[in-house]
Amino acid sequence: MRLSLVLIFVLLVGASLGIGVADLSSVDVDAGLLLAISRWPRTAAALLAGAGLALAGVVVQLTVQNRLVEPGLTGTPEAAMIGLLGITLFAPGAPILIKMAVAALAALAGTLGFLALARHVPRRDPVLLPLVGLVYGGILGAAALWGAWITDLMQYLGTWTAGEFSGVLRGRYELLWLVAGLGVLLWRAADRITILGLGEAQARSLGLDYRQTLVLGLGIVSLTVAVVVVTVGALPFVGLVVPNIVSRLRGDNLRANLGPIALSGGAAVLAADMVGRLVRFPYEIPAGTVFAVAGAGVFLWLLHAPRREGRAHG
Amino acid sequence: MIEIETLSVERDHAPVLHDLSLALPAGGLTALIGPNGAGKSSLLLTLAGLIAPRAGRVRLDGEDIHAMRPQARALRLAFLGQEQAQVSRLTVREMVGFGRWPHHRGRPGPADRAAVAGALALFGLGELAERPVSSLSGGQRQRTQIAMAHAQATPLVLLDEPLSALDPRYAREVMEALVAMAHDPAAPRGVVVVLHDLGMAARYADHVVAMKHGRLVAAGPRREVMRDAVLSALFDTGLKLREVEGAQVVLPA
Repeated sequence: MRLSLVLIFVLLVGASLGIGVADLSSVDVDAGLLLAISRWPRTAAALLAGAGLALAGVVVQLTVQNRLVEPGLTGTPEAAMIGLLGITLFAPGAPILIKMAVAALAALAGTLGFLALARHVPRRDPVLLPLVGLVYGGILGAAALWGAWITDLMQYLGTWTAGEFSGVLRGRYELLWLVAGLGVLLWRAADRITILGLGEAQARSLGLDYRQTLVLGLGIVSLTVAVVVVTVGALPFVGLVVPNIVSRLRGDNLRANLGPIALSGGAAVLAADMVGRLVRFPYEIPAGTVFAVAGAGVFLWLLHAPRREGRAHG
Repeated sequence: MIEIETLSVERDHAPVLHDLSLALPAGGLTALIGPNGAGKSSLLLTLAGLIAPRAGRVRLDGEDIHAMRPQARALRLAFLGQEQAQVSRLTVREMVGFGRWPHHRGRPGPADRAAVAGALALFGLGELAERPVSSLSGGQRQRTQIAMAHAQATPLVLLDEPLSALDPRYAREVMEALVAMAHDPAAPRGVVVVLHDLGMAARYADHVVAMKHGRLVAAGPRREVMRDAVLSALFDTGLKLREVEGAQVVLPA
């Protein structure tokens, strides 16, 4: 399973580097230059964004103990956009790192808001929490839309909401490498986040510093989402679909699943981007749109699936 | 020895325990019984250090439980709450292994692996070790949780209604597992368990604590507390204990 995943991954990367309007074998094209400034950055951006969002998804799922939740259903990207709007409005000339930091802090605040809300949602039916998250994200999204409308920043908001990779060039995606660093951090905290997934009482009775771990996990999620929103735009469903499939096949041990989740997340987003490049060639469909269509289908399947597993006692 | 001194606890700004004083023995199986809303779970959560009292103290072998660092407390007592919000897909071995986390904090050694193997064997989970917990029956899941608490190797284990929603067969399995843990010849430990089923308390407990409206009604060895008059007053309905074919059963009087 692991070998086949790596093989698929390598084939996807190879194909992604080969697909585009310009023909790499043509003598009129400087293939090396094209690869370096466009094709490779685009491929790397898709891989990093996918890996990051998939990892963010599994962290959120363990934190709130609900497999049907992902960062797109906790108001995180919408809160990041509100933060971005704010900094764009008040300090338009701020360096991108500052903008991203503000977006990440706003995303964290938004996610903690969702968490406070989640405490009051009955746990009997796991479908309820993602629905509450959908409404919460919708409200934050509407606030962002209103803010963008009255400040004439609608165009910015458009680039943040629709995740796509056509604009990715060398020099405009490198911030995404932060995701790799966060992955390493997550690796170090993997056991503690798996313990979070056992619930607050269990985690605390195992001697875990619950709040500190919670903030660490959600901090990683918020930073990842903020980086992705700033560089390529929000990509819904990645954090939902990928961890769920991996968990079904390999269980819930985060340390053991970290690599497969990151690889499959990267591969899934790259595949969605390639589909978007090919369907109406030479025109493009945003990867986020492709993923939303595929992801909605998988989401419906997941909603149906838990009934068979037996939630409480078998 | 657990000493509870003039303990008062509030939850959601409502008092649930009033000025409770009680000493629990360090060994054996202690059952907490009482009607709904008696404060049994609140007492257990307070003993576990998971909720802080408004007044009073809980001391474990002379040391204040609420003053201990979480990590140190996890080496002294294990807590098993009511059913989790989501059934884990960790394997049985992984789940039981996390019981060792307070000991190794991420770097398990041979002693940790041995403790996990011992707990799996003691609770008859050897053949299920590589199965995901989500694929097990209710009784097997509870046994996995109890094996996890056992692997934590603490002198005290607290369990909040481990029998809720279990079929009689599984409930019996779980109670026998708890007895095995309390009287494990290698490392006997104190087991305090909230029980709704009075028959189970009458059959398996060494000590019984009866509570009502956040106050202590009776505490002592099973024979002293599990009496017709005490139970009838505790539950406001006529109850009598009778021995049927060697087992204690509770009947309406």
